[in-house]
Amino acid sequence: MRNSKHSVCLFTAASLFCAGLLIPEPLLAQPAVDHSQHATPAPAPVTTPAVDHSQHMMTPSSDAASARDPHAYSGGYQRGSGLYALAQGNGQLHMADSHRFGAVIIDQLERTSGDDEATIYDLQAWISQGYQRVTLKAEGDIEERTLEESRTELLWTRAFSPFWDTQLGVRHDTGAQPDQSWLALGIQGLAPYWLEIDATAYLGSSGQTSLRLDAEYELLLTQHLILQPSAELNLYGKRDAERGVGSGLSDVTVGMRLRYEFSRQFAPYVGVEWAGKYGDSKEFMRAAGEKNSGTRWVAGVRFWLSN
Amino acid sequence: MGRNGNFNGAARTLSRRRFVQGLAAGGVLLSAAAFSGRPLTAQSRPVIDTGTAPVLSGTDFELVIENSPVNYTGKVATATTVNGSIPAPTLRWREGDTVTIRVVNCLQESTSIHWHGIILPFDMDGVPGISFNGIPAGTTFTYQFKIVQSGTYWYHSHSGGQEQHGMYGAIIIEPASGERIQADRDHVVLLSDWTDADPMAQFAKLKVQSDYYNFNQPTVPDFLRDVTRDGLGAALDERRMWQQMRMNPTDLADLSATALTYLCNGTTPAGNWTGLFQRGERVRLRLINGCGNTFYDVRIPGQTLTVVQADGQDIEPVEVDEFRFGPGQTYDVLVTPTEDACTVFAQTMDRTGYACGTLAVAAGMSAPVPALDEPLPLTMADMMGSMVMPATPVRHASSEYGPSTDARVDTPSVALNDPGIGLRDNGRRVLTLADLHTFGGPLDSRPAEREIELHLTGNMERYNWSFDGVEFGQSTPVHFRHGERLRVILHNDTMMTHPMHLHGMWSELENPDGSFQARLHTIMVQPAQRISFLVTADAPGRWAWHCHLMLHMDGGMFREVIVA
Repeated sequence: MRNSKHSVCLFTAASLFCAGLLIPEPLLAQPAVDHSQHATPAPAPVTTPAVDHSQHMMTPSSDAASARDPHAYSGGYQRGSGLYALAQGNGQLHMADSHRFGAVIIDQLERTSGDDEATIYDLQAWISQGYQRVTLKAEGDIEERTLEESRTELLWTRAFSPFWDTQLGVRHDTGAQPDQSWLALGIQGLAPYWLEIDATAYLGSSGQTSLRLDAEYELLLTQHLILQPSAELNLYGKRDAERGVGSGLSDVTVGMRLRYEFSRQFAPYVGVEWAGKYGDSKEFMRAAGEKNSGTRWVAGVRFWLSN
Repeated sequence: MGRNGNFNGAARTLSRRRFVQGLAAGGVLLSAAAFSGRPLTAQSRPVIDTGTAPVLSGTDFELVIENSPVNYTGKVATATTVNGSIPAPTLRWREGDTVTIRVVNCLQESTSIHWHGIILPFDMDGVPGISFNGIPAGTTFTYQFKIVQSGTYWYHSHSGGQEQHGMYGAIIIEPASGERIQADRDHVVLLSDWTDADPMAQFAKLKVQSDYYNFNQPTVPDFLRDVTRDGLGAALDERRMWQQMRMNPTDLADLSATALTYLCNGTTPAGNWTGLFQRGERVRLRLINGCGNTFYDVRIPGQTLTVVQADGQDIEPVEVDEFRFGPGQTYDVLVTPTEDACTVFAQTMDRTGYACGTLAVAAGMSAPVPALDEPLPLTMADMMGSMVMPATPVRHASSEYGPSTDARVDTPSVALNDPGIGLRDNGRRVLTLADLHTFGGPLDSRPAEREIELHLTGNMERYNWSFDGVEFGQSTPVHFRHGERLRVILHNDTMMTHPMHLHGMWSELENPDGSFQARLHTIMVQPAQRISFLVTADAPGRWAWHCHLMLHMDGGMFREVIVA
């Protein structure tokens, strides 16, 4: 979602990171906004009674079951037609809530040091209208002018609660390994304590299944200097010797990047990242004579544009 | 994120102060109209453009809308001006007259003028898409209506980002029965905020990062300081609720001084707008908040302000040191300066900047400009209200239980006597809604026949704003039955203050006991506050009703009202 920042010390961040993963926000069933008029209140929406913070309130939350119909005051009138409506002209009044917005966010564009020198990109581009977005997510690793690995997703993102979106779409991986296509289904959002979470399950064309969990946090050291810990882990349903992937937990990446925001939209950074393989994936690496874990330094730039 | 913390440590550098003051004195450049149209009084000298708008009076007016170059930030930008000045010409009308105003659109885009707070037929109200089709490029629209009220008002564009780019001016209406308020001197003080940027580009940035313009955020050093001072437990407790709710206690304004230059009569603080008076004179200041984004806390250090009018309506005089007002509101105050020069100081609610000017016995004088107050973080009361369950549980709209709404307040504050965040217990007498008593009581003595309740809602993280969790694009009109007297309840579920402006009809604010308080056109509703006002639905037609923070209005906190 967006780039929220907050300050708690690291150990609380870490412990709550786990809590955030384990206790997702109740999935709110949002009542459809009914554009027809109601003389009487609409049926009560079937929802969980309150957003997740209700248990922390000193007072009980009011009852969603007795909620008002937001169109009850319309008296049957519609905008743009009927009595006193403009007969003709420039059409309906449209405010920004029905505009289309777009953004391209280059979250990471970095060089790594050490024996596996590479250029890494991690970006998102989206076009939104209301509570829906079409999102392109792309992440990849270029070594010696060759695309070593990449993951590109095209997702339909839809808000379903104040802080959470569903994502549905396709993913394509290409690089040194044989290509692979996937269906993607996941959620992304902002967990309590300002943790940004992206959790997506994939069904591959070969019948492979996968789960990717990604979490980020931001600590403001000053108004411009921001430390961003992050973690990503990948799990697979089946062993895939061709791609060197074992079943279960396959790999974990933990990073820490320190950026300086010359502006909100332009921030160079330095960081360190540790990556490790687990299970059969580790064995595959070992068999191939490669290191199964390692630490590397990164330096790059984060920037974005919006419209 | 300590409540008493230093929230603006880095905000006080010299360069920043210069930025806050504006790099240029400001004003419209190369504009013949601004110079030829400005009357020169005996006391004033045309040394610099002080930003005082030309005054037009009578019953027939021609207003030409065009693009003009301005320089408020050190670089030339394009403003949308009326007759080439910022502010637009002050229009002087007389109660009972019928005025005819030809608006000539010389822009490349459609425009409009809304007469803010003026009671008139709906097709003269100037809201494109609701009351008329707007004024297309290259065309002229003639407004004509009878003036049925008196006092201080203002006018502004209701199209796109034109208002934020300079299209606002004062309206002064002389009462038919003579002035109740006696003053020796009369100055319009129109406070506004300027941005070089396209407001819609700012909106797009807020869609990506809603705290884009907030450089007063809680930091790790703040946390460590609180741990050292209060212990780890207390420091964590302090933050727990905000963290769990994913709310930011320093979210006091969507745009700050990083994006805005604050103007007094179209002049930056560096330009020092000056209003002249002679020793011993009683000066009437007609203060108008014509901002797109900014709440101002206004005071004249060392002087007592006697507030005599609110939103154009005479009130029982009340003496204060300071008042807060939001976009759309006006207050008239009387002051008899005890110094030869004193500063009209208007700091922004987020304390990132200020607009200011000088009242002086001669041009070129100035008085000390006070330091900005420390920005204070929002409190639990701003999030949850009174924290006392009301006898009748709050009913939220079903559409508030979805992605549009990040918080719902179940224990609202109904009191009107809270000066608001940053003004509580500041050692000064601060005006509150409870102090406003319009002369003569309500216009209509009937009790309310009907009640409607709407909640002010939003999702800061997604940057959406709405009534009842429904943005304008998805909304249906609110129907007022023609002739009825009804009670409107506005319940603020957000943590921001919203100046709510109902077009076409007065909003007669009640106190929590249900007795009449004040007749207003724009009511500031504080976080977690629940207010009510009575409306006599005597103005058939379709009207706009919205938050007067332009980005909130555009974000969807906007409804159409139909009176039929």
